[in-house]
Amino acid sequence: MSEQQGSGANSQEHGITGAQSLVRSLEAAGVTDIFGIPGGAILPAYDPLMDSSIRHILVRHEQGAGHAAQGYAAASGRVGVCMATSGPGATNLVTPLADAHMDSLPMVAITGQVGASLIGTDAFQEADIRGITMPITKHSFLVTDPAEIPTKIAEAFHIASTGRPGPVLVDVTKSALQSTTSFAWPTELNLPGYRPVTRPHAKQIREAARLMLESRKPVLYVGGGTIRSGASKELLALAELTGIPVVTTLMARGAFPDSHPQHLGMPGMHGTVAAVAALQKSDLIISLGARFDDRVTGNLDSFAPNALVIHADIDPAEIGKNRFADVPIVGDVREVLVDLITTLRTEQEAGRTGDYEGWVAFCAGVKKKYPLGYDRPADGGLAPQYVLERLGAISGPDTIYTAGVGQHQMWAAHFVGYERPNTWINSGGLGTMGFSVPAAMGAKVAMPDQTVWSIDGDGCFQMTNQELATCAINNIPIKVAVINNESLGMVRQWQTLFYNSRYSNTDLHSKRIPDFVKLADAYGCVGLACESPDDVDATIRKAMEINDVPVVVDFRVHRDAMVWPMVAAGTSNDDIKYARDLAPQFDEDDL
Amino acid sequence: MAKHTLSVLVEDKPGVLARISALFSRRGFNIESLAVGPTEHSEISRMTIVVNVDSSPLEQVTKQLNKLVEVIKIVELDPTASVNRELVLVKVGATAENRGEVLDVVQLFKAKVIDVASDAITMQIVGNDGKIADFLRVLEPFGIRELVQSGMVAIGRGPRSISERSKPVAVPVPPAAHA
Repeated sequence: MSEQQGSGANSQEHGITGAQSLVRSLEAAGVTDIFGIPGGAILPAYDPLMDSSIRHILVRHEQGAGHAAQGYAAASGRVGVCMATSGPGATNLVTPLADAHMDSLPMVAITGQVGASLIGTDAFQEADIRGITMPITKHSFLVTDPAEIPTKIAEAFHIASTGRPGPVLVDVTKSALQSTTSFAWPTELNLPGYRPVTRPHAKQIREAARLMLESRKPVLYVGGGTIRSGASKELLALAELTGIPVVTTLMARGAFPDSHPQHLGMPGMHGTVAAVAALQKSDLIISLGARFDDRVTGNLDSFAPNALVIHADIDPAEIGKNRFADVPIVGDVREVLVDLITTLRTEQEAGRTGDYEGWVAFCAGVKKKYPLGYDRPADGGLAPQYVLERLGAISGPDTIYTAGVGQHQMWAAHFVGYERPNTWINSGGLGTMGFSVPAAMGAKVAMPDQTVWSIDGDGCFQMTNQELATCAINNIPIKVAVINNESLGMVRQWQTLFYNSRYSNTDLHSKRIPDFVKLADAYGCVGLACESPDDVDATIRKAMEINDVPVVVDFRVHRDAMVWPMVAAGTSNDDIKYARDLAPQFDEDDL
Repeated sequence: MAKHTLSVLVEDKPGVLARISALFSRRGFNIESLAVGPTEHSEISRMTIVVNVDSSPLEQVTKQLNKLVEVIKIVELDPTASVNRELVLVKVGATAENRGEVLDVVQLFKAKVIDVASDAITMQIVGNDGKIADFLRVLEPFGIRELVQSGMVAIGRGPRSISERSKPVAVPVPPAAHA
């Protein structure tokens, strides 16, 4: 986010159409890539788009455009942009908008709307998309006056990218796009109700530092806000300055290196025993851009019963929402970390440091005793965890990995190994199956020099794989690892554990139909298949060598593999199971 | 649970009422009363919202409201340091025989007759919720045929205004988000 881009962004142009003004505005906002599909109401905007420097990528489904914009934003930190027509085009963006809202991704969606005189008449392809998306966007505009287009676009990008990032919808009527107007990029914005606080309060920082020094069992509970604020360097500095153990949530994987000895892994329903135990037994939780989601806390009443909480977040409404905050800090996580480091350094120079020795040893002991693990199938079949472990090892930490939702997502979160921020992109809050392939497409467009692996389940993959056509045609060579257990695996796991192995409607038969290798081939991609552990490395290496077209690998894995550890829904994190019917034993004397 | 009165200053833009009422319903709060109208600044509207909640969920809904881009300021009015009023228009049956009794009630409550028909009287009363409840209780025996009530509006006592420092301030357009 550096200086203003676009030549003559502030020049005035008269006698142009609203559509031309829209495209000029997007250029002035610095947009270089848009994912979208034209249709009746947005059609006027597509004509000037042909003459623009902006690259428009024609997707196959608007949901793909939306998730691609999300992947683009998550990989690069820049605002992702998608475009669709009115009615069904716009409603197909609802899922990506809700997803971006939950996971705080900066995104602007431009939708066409029926002509102003037709609004409210149930006209062809009319849907009140602003009304529909009100609860799932950070903000939304309906533009009927073409003179307002530049201002609304400028406001949309400002709101999407500042404070807690989020999606903004700009719905523009066809009549506004077709009218004659003039273009002038605004020099200032009038948003009296929008003033995000980024600088933390000094008094709160001092109070937080005091608690950190007094505590004996602190944990850095790192959430997705740490990634969005670009605070990984500062997080590493604070962790190493204090020696406090670190847990990274599903949204924060990569914010802190997995290889770091202080890292206990991911907490939550499928978290590591060490991460879950550290939070449960801590006396101080330092929450950095995390939101005490139910998938992390389990039963809230029994979550970390003896811990005080320092809660830092840029969104004041997150603080105290689920768990009382003893020290609330409103501010950008990076700025909070910078101030905490400064304060704690001064304390350290004065000889005041925290005493965490016993605690650090306890956490390290649990981590050693209960490492992540899995069983190899007795019949020599392929373990999904092994595939992801090898994928991470071979493709390496500079690769961007995206995932859908379910078992493959949890295995990918645990076994790939992340060392850098923005290399792990998944649908955390909304849990959107089908997120992976289009998100990988968006990530690859934003970061063309990085390898992008879409890790997907066979269920997820069949929801959005039509974007393989978009990737093949537009030279977006993503790689897809389908973890094919021929079922809706996570649901099947719950059926195994909680519904007496009655597998109601979770069998997808995806090892039979469709043939993913042929499907890849039909889409102009290279299709590979692998069903033996002996072939995993060779198959991954083969996929790594193909960089001119997308590659799809059908990893035909053992279908009964389950995600462990697990805290059953609604129960206490104290009841975590390391494997089925196997609870970890903590040596409390070590504490 | 207790009653809380929120004064919310918002930008006078289309859709803002929908946004606010949708937020209350999405977060699981019932609005007891809501009144909206213009203020001394032409571009700002003011809503008076009465909700019946505990103080900790109230804090959460206030924070969520504050996140709405068009919400400029929220102030919870302390009942002891503010004045609130509602307006009620009420029609009761009144014949030649009992019209006098109804008019006595009107006088007693400093209400006002706004329409008279051969067998009915329509009155208006302005007051706080206690006074209005009393007034309606006394009218009950005459037979209330129709009743319409405004939302509550409220204002702080003393010389200060909650909108004093809420005049819109422009911010410079930030650098391009992509660069």
